[in-house]
Amino acid sequence: MRMDVSVTVNGEPWLLSVEPNDVLLETLRSKVGVKSPKIGCERGDCGSCTVLLDGHTVRSCLVLSVEADGHEVVTIEGLDDEGLTELQQFFVDMNSFQCGFCAPGIVLAATELLEENPRPTREDVQEAIGGNLCRCTGYDPIIDAVLAAAHAGGEATG
Amino acid sequence: MTIAQVFDYERPETLDEALEILIGHAGDVRVLAGGTDLIAWLRDEAVAPDLVVDIKRIEGLGEIVDEGDALSMGSLVTFTHLLNSEPVAARLPLISEMAATVASTGIRNRATMVGNICSAVPSCDAGPVLLVYGAVVHTVGVAGTRRIPIDEWFLGPRMTALGRGEIVTKVLVPVPPGGHGAAFVRLSRYEGEDLAQASVAILAPPDHRFRVAFGAVADTPVRARRVEALLEGKALDPVLVARAMALVSEEISPITDIRASKEYRLRMSEVMLQRGLKAAVERLEGNGPSYGTNLM
Repeated sequence: MRMDVSVTVNGEPWLLSVEPNDVLLETLRSKVGVKSPKIGCERGDCGSCTVLLDGHTVRSCLVLSVEADGHEVVTIEGLDDEGLTELQQFFVDMNSFQCGFCAPGIVLAATELLEENPRPTREDVQEAIGGNLCRCTGYDPIIDAVLAAAHAGGEATG
Repeated sequence: MTIAQVFDYERPETLDEALEILIGHAGDVRVLAGGTDLIAWLRDEAVAPDLVVDIKRIEGLGEIVDEGDALSMGSLVTFTHLLNSEPVAARLPLISEMAATVASTGIRNRATMVGNICSAVPSCDAGPVLLVYGAVVHTVGVAGTRRIPIDEWFLGPRMTALGRGEIVTKVLVPVPPGGHGAAFVRLSRYEGEDLAQASVAILAPPDHRFRVAFGAVADTPVRARRVEALLEGKALDPVLVARAMALVSEEISPITDIRASKEYRLRMSEVMLQRGLKAAVERLEGNGPSYGTNLM
């Protein structure tokens, strides 16, 4: 049962032919060629496959490709046309990642947080990335970078 | 590893269309809402439907409606939606407190409360909370609509009173008249994303006709009716609370699994009852910890 799915990925319209048992994570990686959503636990526990679906983080391992029909997907590649977002730059400057496997998911989770809560507390940041596992950093440099970005955003907007 | 098994997919736009599909299909059908359980189960081959019916395009199922003496929550209402709802926070704060403990933002954005009780795993977070509020599950099927009290909903692990060809349209949650305090206490191996090892929901109305329900410590979420009968109408004191804690072993039947031993679950359920009763009564009296405070 092949189905045509029309989905916007990082601003580009795609018409994809998928099977009902195709999962969005696999479709993004193998058909669209976007490799930042990572294949981790494949059961929603690790957060490394996180993408923005209509602006909100979801586990792309727990979304069927057909469910994305008519919707908009943004991965870390699509956050900013010009390069890195301010948040990403803080992650770079503060050396917030080591192996980087969790990075796309955590950046997207933190991006969603700052959209909805520009002045998060440390606890808010911990909660926002609570579903994203990092096995390298111990999380502190990640949380510091998100708080630094929030603080800088506050200065920029007065 | 992707999903190995093959199935068809339908995406009805109306309830009538959905019911026609469900009734007209002879094989195993699964209804898809948020999918955070179903897609994991499809991958694990814990379920083997030949048809998946996605109800997310059906209008009118995604709303929280204030009906005065109750709030109705449509079957597509996500945990994030519940968490952000002011009427829910103001009138049914236990639901907000519970929603905040469910998994993580990325799951809460997708997972629905009705999906949670339809999956009906013994550790489902919504179960104990809906039990103490006395929620009613509204369904629609060929034979018409049904209103199933939540006390009759959970039949066993992953088993509910939902009939073949039926769809849940909403859950109606009565707002206790006269105000209430409440507490949802949840134990997990770590903060962040983990299924509950044990949970307890407590409703403390002004007349102290307490309602108490446990999760993750029996085949289904369970009301603790002996505890409720013991506490009914009484002021809590340490002796009474100790007697209530001693009844917990008669109310629940925890098992040992990868997340906890049965002995640990039993002992912690007693402690969680103690802490939850204290917090619920303090909240009733207006001097308790704010909703969302981790009591463990």
